[in-house]
Amino acid sequence: MAIQDRLSGNEAVSIAIKQINPDVMPAFPITPSTEIPQFISQFIANGEMDTVFVPVESEHSAMSACIGSQSAGGRTVTATSSCGLALMFEMLYVAASNRLPITMAVVNRALSGPININNDHSDSMGARDSGWLQIYAENAQEAYDNFFQCMKIGEHPSVQLPVMCCQDGFITSHAVERMELIETEKVKAFMGEYKPEHYLLNPDQTLAVGPYDIPQYYMEHKKAQAVAMENARAAILEVAKEFEAMTGRKYGMIEEYCMEDAELAMIIIGSSAGTAKEACDELRAAGVKAGVIKVRVFRPFPAEEIVAALKGVKAVAIMDKTESFSANGGPMGAEVKAAMFGKLGDVLVTNYIYGIGGRDVKVDDLKSVYDKLAEMVKTGKSPEHYQYLALRD
Amino acid sequence: MKKLTEIRWHGRGGQGAKTASLLLADVAFSTGMYIQGFPEYGPERMGAPITAYNRLSNEPLRVHSNIYEPDFVAVVDETLLDSVNVTAGLKPEGAIVINTAKSPEEILPKLNGYKGKVYTLDAKKVSLATIGKNIPNTPMLAAVVRASGVMDEQLFLDNMQASFKHKFATKPEVVEGNMKALSMALEEVKVYDGSK
Repeated sequence: MAIQDRLSGNEAVSIAIKQINPDVMPAFPITPSTEIPQFISQFIANGEMDTVFVPVESEHSAMSACIGSQSAGGRTVTATSSCGLALMFEMLYVAASNRLPITMAVVNRALSGPININNDHSDSMGARDSGWLQIYAENAQEAYDNFFQCMKIGEHPSVQLPVMCCQDGFITSHAVERMELIETEKVKAFMGEYKPEHYLLNPDQTLAVGPYDIPQYYMEHKKAQAVAMENARAAILEVAKEFEAMTGRKYGMIEEYCMEDAELAMIIIGSSAGTAKEACDELRAAGVKAGVIKVRVFRPFPAEEIVAALKGVKAVAIMDKTESFSANGGPMGAEVKAAMFGKLGDVLVTNYIYGIGGRDVKVDDLKSVYDKLAEMVKTGKSPEHYQYLALRD
Repeated sequence: MKKLTEIRWHGRGGQGAKTASLLLADVAFSTGMYIQGFPEYGPERMGAPITAYNRLSNEPLRVHSNIYEPDFVAVVDETLLDSVNVTAGLKPEGAIVINTAKSPEEILPKLNGYKGKVYTLDAKKVSLATIGKNIPNTPMLAAVVRASGVMDEQLFLDNMQASFKHKFATKPEVVEGNMKALSMALEEVKVYDGSK
């Protein structure tokens, strides 16, 4: 029997880490992810887990220590947000290129400046090309469920890449919601033991980690890394299937909501996807054929799945909770449009920047997006460039 | 049938409005409801106005925004009535609960013509008499349960007793005072029905 509980996203992820009981957790506190290392430290002090917690002096050091311990052969986790993730930036690439399946809880928060502690996706979206997998949660339940899956996907022999397990800062991390926990014995059986193929503490196999790579081989190593990211697609679905068998909760690359006959679609990530479903229900009740595509996995990017889900759609709004200053829209806008190119020529497209720096995203805001889509269908025109949602006059 | 109750809490940083919203979520969860309890975060300052929220429902909750048209509002600090529009969006068929020594009729002129029910409770007096300290959120919780009717009052008291016993496992002597605060609040809370 699953255990009913009421937890915040940070509590839920901390319990997931406790249940996994990884070998090492180096971390440096930063709002809103601070509670995760705090809870883990308490669990260790109480004797509830025996992970080695490494207090470090910065996030750059946190990720460096993660790289050290995972290279040594230890299962390693950490947590961060915003500027903490930015300070790790250099080491993120080192972790990924050394094929180290570190699992990191990212509690999404706006990057400075202006300094702001609230939610948007500018931190993890800024690191989207670092070679890490990225999986996003809608609520505390998903943050918890995803954490196990993230680790198992990363450790999959065909993948061996680090994974960011993302949840929305404060909105998910600090809101208490009802959710289900999995029994620890089941978690342990699901996670299994981490047995890396190559690791530094193996006396039978000498190994160099992170040496200089010369032009004659650099491209081949990068290609191997790209193949691993490609392999992650199958691993994500395989792990999701196994997770569903354990819990009954189904996960995929994307989640389609009311998309079977949808004419107006919204593509969105994270906590606002729940709000979008409510907006969608209200519009459906009024006879509007609205639908939602929630992007769960952003890296690797679910291009095929999104294109398949958009079949039959007349207009689509791509929602970005970050500004990329390309002067041409946000990262999701760019990715989705690239995926659609040559395949869905007739679909009208618009790209929104919404909810950045913690701007509250209301049901009515998202309904106004569908109104815009209906107007686009009426006029047969996509707006130029991109737009901001619910901007003050 | 979907039944959703949305509550907005107004308090000042450090007074326990956030804790009250989490406690209410907790006790509603223990009666089998789907719950959300969350504060509106910003730079935290002791004494500054803060807002916290509850969604309580018999069905899973999906909306992740603040609450703009609450069914009920709880004001933990009456000085906020002068600076914050606490009745903004409040449904007339709902109610407002205010921590004050004044009667509902005396407080009414400060409520921007609000037409619904007004509950008042001197939570400071109740908590000083029962807990021995000014901890207004515990009695306010009882007043909100009365005003909102989200759960049976006896069920609320039983679940709170279990919750206090768990929370204060190392100092069981505190449980009695907190339980007295809840039952005294239920006796002391006053109501004025503006619709009648």
